[in-house]
Amino acid sequence: MNLENPKKFKMLVDQAHEVAVNFFRPISRKYDKAEHAYPKELDMLASLLDGFNDGAAEAPSSTALGKRGASDDNSIKNGANMSAALGVFELCYGDTGFLLTMPRQGLGNSAIGAVANDEQLKRFKGKWAAMAITEPGTGSDSANIRTTARKDGDDYILNGEKIFVTCGERADCVVVWATLDKNLGRAAIKSFVVERGTPGMRVERLEHKLGIKASDTAVINFTDCRVPAANLLGNPEIDVAKGFAGVMETFDNTRPLVAAMAVGCAMASLERIKELFKDHLDADYGTPPLNASNIEATIYRMEAEWEACRLLTLKACWMADNRQPNSKEASIAKAKAGRIGSEITLKCVELAASLGYGEDELLEKWARDSKILDIFEGTQQIQQLIIARRVLGKSSAELK
Amino acid sequence: MNANELQGFGLHMLNRFASSHWPDTLKVRKPFEKLLYTGSRTGFQLVGTLSRGFGQKGSKLDAKQRLPAAAKGVFDLSLSDEQQMMRDTLQRFAKDALRPAAHAADHDAVFPVDVRSQAIELGLNFYAVPEALGGMAAEQSVVSNVLMAEDLGYGDFTLGASILAPMGVANALTRWGTKEQQEKYLSAFAEEIPPLATFAFNEAVPAFNPNQLATTAQRDGSGYVLNGEKALVLLAKDAEFFLVAAQLDGKPAVFIVEGGTKGLGFKEDPGMGLKAAETLKMRLENVRAEKLGDNEFDYQAFLDMGALAWVGLAVGTCQAVMDYTAHYANERIAFGEPISHRQSVAFMIADMAIEIDAMRMLLWNAASLAEAGKPFHREAYLARLLAAEKSMKIGNDGVQLLGGHGFTKEHPVERWYRDLRAVAVMHSGLHA
Repeated sequence: MNLENPKKFKMLVDQAHEVAVNFFRPISRKYDKAEHAYPKELDMLASLLDGFNDGAAEAPSSTALGKRGASDDNSIKNGANMSAALGVFELCYGDTGFLLTMPRQGLGNSAIGAVANDEQLKRFKGKWAAMAITEPGTGSDSANIRTTARKDGDDYILNGEKIFVTCGERADCVVVWATLDKNLGRAAIKSFVVERGTPGMRVERLEHKLGIKASDTAVINFTDCRVPAANLLGNPEIDVAKGFAGVMETFDNTRPLVAAMAVGCAMASLERIKELFKDHLDADYGTPPLNASNIEATIYRMEAEWEACRLLTLKACWMADNRQPNSKEASIAKAKAGRIGSEITLKCVELAASLGYGEDELLEKWARDSKILDIFEGTQQIQQLIIARRVLGKSSAELK
Repeated sequence: MNANELQGFGLHMLNRFASSHWPDTLKVRKPFEKLLYTGSRTGFQLVGTLSRGFGQKGSKLDAKQRLPAAAKGVFDLSLSDEQQMMRDTLQRFAKDALRPAAHAADHDAVFPVDVRSQAIELGLNFYAVPEALGGMAAEQSVVSNVLMAEDLGYGDFTLGASILAPMGVANALTRWGTKEQQEKYLSAFAEEIPPLATFAFNEAVPAFNPNQLATTAQRDGSGYVLNGEKALVLLAKDAEFFLVAAQLDGKPAVFIVEGGTKGLGFKEDPGMGLKAAETLKMRLENVRAEKLGDNEFDYQAFLDMGALAWVGLAVGTCQAVMDYTAHYANERIAFGEPISHRQSVAFMIADMAIEIDAMRMLLWNAASLAEAGKPFHREAYLARLLAAEKSMKIGNDGVQLLGGHGFTKEHPVERWYRDLRAVAVMHSGLHA
């Protein structure tokens, strides 16, 4: 048993850390202030990352996430899921918003990776894909979406409104969830790749947000939007048994990455607060918490919670890398990190007083960025439901 | 006036009172004398156990034995085959021997003899003794030891602690003992009936800090002399020897004290939990002792090893709480359906799952670093900190989920509530 970071990922971690410190941090406040301005500096970085991805044996990009590419021998693997999380820790330590707007690293890419057939994988390779699920009236209950897809010859016609689409404006294409038949529930829900510029698809506006301001969050309207049938990801048949499950499976792998984002964001706050209080803290942890000052004990407690989030995230990734079903563990990681992330970032603002509340430091920004991580990709409460159903052996019909 | 108030009076006042006319005027002399008798009887009058006379037999060593560090490879949460086998055995033992005995043991405040002998039969103590001394330990196995704590804790927190305390002393001797101490004391753990030994660290001081001990040690010839008072000593009555923490030249150190040594006195020290561990207060009045270990001894690491064992027990017991309450919530009907269908109930259980796994990760990380010979104090510190808080929350929620039934002794959750509070309080007392 060993819970230390794998040596083979040290270089990746160090490089991601360099990107965070030298690339992200210097422009962090700039794009927090200039919401919706495109961070052009990131293009150069993305090209660099493309080089890494293509050169690496196991790329930390979305296609490697999930069931493809896992090895068949029985040895324990530290693979793409773990390296992705380790990279995300460092990049979000830099700037969470920037990670979300890294070219070609969209949530839609994960969906394509999970569900696309081989022809589609080839056709969409290298494209930056956003994911459009949520609608004004449908968030947590994603099986209830109202956007429709009607077959018309060799195309489908999409109609509906999507909100909270991350990278909705910047991405090359959007993976849109739509239903082939509202009466057939989740089995009829499919995802369609819609390229930017397709007539009938329009970005109505970008949201003004509490945090992650560098990330574009779009409202997209589909009005008789014509999409080739070949863009329906995976299998067009309505299969009551497994239709919905395919895309939901993506979340088993992306949930740990959202947890990783929270770990990274909170890491920034924790490191900064320890620097600010370095004269108050015993670097050797020599005083029992009860006997330490309130400030010390508060910081040590946050550190303990943070370590738990970090290790739970790595556990979920380790299970995915080793082909162990990890739905519960992915939710545990996301639920824990989601709530602890904000607890830490907010507490650090409090501890730093006006230094934390003001804009000379980035502490207040991190406290605004972290909040979304407990909400998107399955809220705290949804994660708790998923975990509870597993522990209690209950279906979603029984435990609502 | 009861015996406690009387003790508070002080001998001086007693003297004044006794020599005056008041007891006779008030006609209270006889009742008063009876109270005095009772009062002094509740002092440190309990007799401990005489040690077996260590060092008579046992192997001779060429050098002190230290277990080599475990080699580590990739990030890996899987267990070795040996660990899995040990888990299977201990889980059965916990279910068949510990859980059924726990309620009565807690009620009677006695560590059942047959639980002790069954644990001995399992041969657990052999895992703590190096091969050169007749044991089975070939390399450091802190991870296995905390897994053991988890599995025993699942059966019962206090019975688990009572089994682990003597084993912990053996682990401590293996990790820290000098050649002579290992020959004399450690070898006994490979005998048919290993010694019952325990730790005396806690002192009855609010916010007790194990780095600032009131118990003192002074050099006396080739040995030391200890003075002070210890609290919540597990299984003290039957212990043949103790590992006692005392302040030497302003710094804490650990000493070996044999049972029956002149100057040792005990009195009952029942706690909120740990009932079956028969906790006692121990007084040391000029008690002869030898210092444990040599200049490699690390007091903080000694404490950390104790913390890991308590956290292990806590994780196991919390798992028991979750399994028990999940089962109850599924069976208990209210408003027409199982209460597990209510989010407030379901989420309390989900949070248990989250925090149990959180504690477990911190524990395994610390244990893994420890057995690899790497620095692990920060990790042990954080693991204890988290477990102190989360395990009590789980213990608390465990009673809450059973409502009024949780408050009575018909269910084990109230016992787990009482036992889990010890995690935040105990320092040393065990050693992984």
